[in-house]
Amino acid sequence: MSDTHAQTVTFVRDTMLPQAAPPSTAQGPVKWMRDSLFSSIPYTILTIAALYAIFVLLSGFLPWLLGGVWTTSNIRECREVLDGARGGCFSVLAERWNQLLFGIAYPQDGYWRPTLAFILLFVAVSPVLFAAVPRKLLIVTLLYPFVAFWLIWGGSLLVPLAALISLCVGYLVYSKLVKTSFAAGLAAGVATAVFIWFIAGFITPGLSGVLALEEVASRNMGGFMLNMILGVICVSLSLPLGILLALGRQSSLPIIKLICVVFIEFIRGVPLITLLFVANVVLAYFLPPGTNFDLILRVIIMITMFASAYIAEVIRGGLAALPRGQYEGAESLGLDYAQSMRLIILPQALKISIPGIVNVAVGLFKDTTLVSIISMFDLVGMIRGPILASTDWNGVYWELWGFAAALFFVVCYGISQYSQWLERQLQTDHR
Amino acid sequence: MNKSVFFGAMTVAGLVAGASAAATLDDVKERGKLNCGVTTGLVGFAAPNANGEWEGFDVAVCRAVAAAVFGDPTAVEFIPTTGKTRFTALASGEIDFLARNTTWTFSRDVDLKFDFIGVNYYDGQGFMVPKALGVSSAKDLDGATVCIQTGTTTELNLADFFRANNISYEPVPIETNAEGQQQYLAGACDTYTTDASGLASTRATFETPGDHIILPEIISKEPLGPLVRHGDNDWGDLTRWVLYALIAAEELGVTSANVEEMATSTTNPEVARLLGAEGTLGEMLGLSADWAKNAIASQGNYGEIFAKNIGEETPIGLARGLNAQWTDGGLMYAPPFR
Repeated sequence: MSDTHAQTVTFVRDTMLPQAAPPSTAQGPVKWMRDSLFSSIPYTILTIAALYAIFVLLSGFLPWLLGGVWTTSNIRECREVLDGARGGCFSVLAERWNQLLFGIAYPQDGYWRPTLAFILLFVAVSPVLFAAVPRKLLIVTLLYPFVAFWLIWGGSLLVPLAALISLCVGYLVYSKLVKTSFAAGLAAGVATAVFIWFIAGFITPGLSGVLALEEVASRNMGGFMLNMILGVICVSLSLPLGILLALGRQSSLPIIKLICVVFIEFIRGVPLITLLFVANVVLAYFLPPGTNFDLILRVIIMITMFASAYIAEVIRGGLAALPRGQYEGAESLGLDYAQSMRLIILPQALKISIPGIVNVAVGLFKDTTLVSIISMFDLVGMIRGPILASTDWNGVYWELWGFAAALFFVVCYGISQYSQWLERQLQTDHR
Repeated sequence: MNKSVFFGAMTVAGLVAGASAAATLDDVKERGKLNCGVTTGLVGFAAPNANGEWEGFDVAVCRAVAAAVFGDPTAVEFIPTTGKTRFTALASGEIDFLARNTTWTFSRDVDLKFDFIGVNYYDGQGFMVPKALGVSSAKDLDGATVCIQTGTTTELNLADFFRANNISYEPVPIETNAEGQQQYLAGACDTYTTDASGLASTRATFETPGDHIILPEIISKEPLGPLVRHGDNDWGDLTRWVLYALIAAEELGVTSANVEEMATSTTNPEVARLLGAEGTLGEMLGLSADWAKNAIASQGNYGEIFAKNIGEETPIGLARGLNAQWTDGGLMYAPPFR
């Protein structure tokens, strides 16, 4: 059959045609543009309008950004140099970058200390955030709060060391006794820790010169450093507190439940700014004069309380979303309350709560700028107060606020990207 | 019962407060530093420079007090306060001395239990409008939106003025002077009102100052002065006479440059008493004899402080006006040092 066919057909291709590229209209940028930008007349109009808008924005913004002045010593010189041309007066950032980052009163030769603490922060949180990091690094995480305190506030290394030792001994006592009774173990552990801390209070002042860095008072903290300190401490403290509150709110013990409900509802019913005013102003009236209850500490307590109430509600949402069968399954395995929570309920509930927790964390981090209202010089307070009130820089707005916005954006976007990555990691196809 | 416990605690707190207030000078000396409340930043009056050192007209008064007490103008802890936190900071004992361009009013002096120790700047509230608005008198501002700093006397003066003239306005509340400036330039309000000194210094920083005018009406008296807590008269006297020493020094021709020379070779008996070469004025205040000399040597006399921070040579460019010495037709008048 093939023979007859071969004789009746005049031409038979005996080789394959080489593969040709698809036509230019069906591939690459041209296709992409046709599909996504110019697929119909209304889309085309919208695309052109959008391009024009981008062009207008950039043609204003880029000359301002690239034509900026970086070296003058005040705004009047800036205006002279620019002489009517469009350009930012970035000299203010060049002159005051240290104040924006570290506040006005942090010793200038000590800037390496908060910087080092900041870098160590990444080492310390990496084993918590990424499962692939070796578990041994958790030791760094445990030591980090003490090291960071020593680096930022200065003073003798013995003070945080004493705190660390008292905590370790307290934990040892607890772990010895916890097998007989949880309550006895906890009480004995706490008592031991407090006792050792109390004893150390007599020893450390005598040795204040040992391994000492220059001491920096809390009121001298400022700039973006203050936002970072408040944000990191408050988020890390409010997460465990929030879990406890959420569990307490679901507890079957009426008093614990009542305390948790009242705490959460009260804190959520009051604006953060009110709590900050209480911390700053009202407490000053009630404490006897001369007591120097650190202002940063007061603010940290207030913000932590505020954030933990919100996180508690987010986690309660996660707990409520778990099917009843999970609780019953845990009970049928014979697990006690602590075990069932730790092994079965919380891992699932926390996974569901991640977006909500991150939302609270990002919001909390931005809320730390509210401390500028109670005359602390955080990044925003620094700009609103000292820098815009100096004779040299009065009138420079866009450059300063743009800088602040950029710093906050980098941190918040980073947190948000991490949480999305974590959600993908923990995806077990429930949904 | 709870109530009585609460009031008991309040009483104890009050007693402790009273006891400590009675010896502010001792507290300050023991601490080795003066806790001085200033603004979080006001052009020319108080702001930290690039090295984080506070500078300005109000700051100079703080430093003069520290120099008089310790002989060291840097022995000051500057505590920034906002319009809302300043009085609680002083009342609670967090600061010893508040130099934060605060207007001396009846209720602040009497009701809030503070003592104003004098006036370091005589000011008055005015209005700034864009020339394009075509307004030449504050009475034409019927229905205008007004940028106004909250928690200050300017807010109350504004309400009084508009009520007295039977015209209406819409307030745009702002927190700081910098914010007000920004809002005004952005067109969020038709007029910006604050102390005339503030308006002048604000206008000086505009790119085109000529486009804005300050209306002729001054609607209030704003004697700005430092203050201390009620109840410790010794401390009040000390700070009051440090301020007067600066003012008297200008009148007597004592400057930071010639104070050393004057102290040893003066023939004017009042200068000799002021600078501690004669008499026991310093001892009466509980200070060393050279208290005023230290204050003047470190900060200069009142006129020098004015010229250096807000005077006509500075970008702020304020004229002396009411703040000239009484011999030049102003209101600055120090009682005799005798």
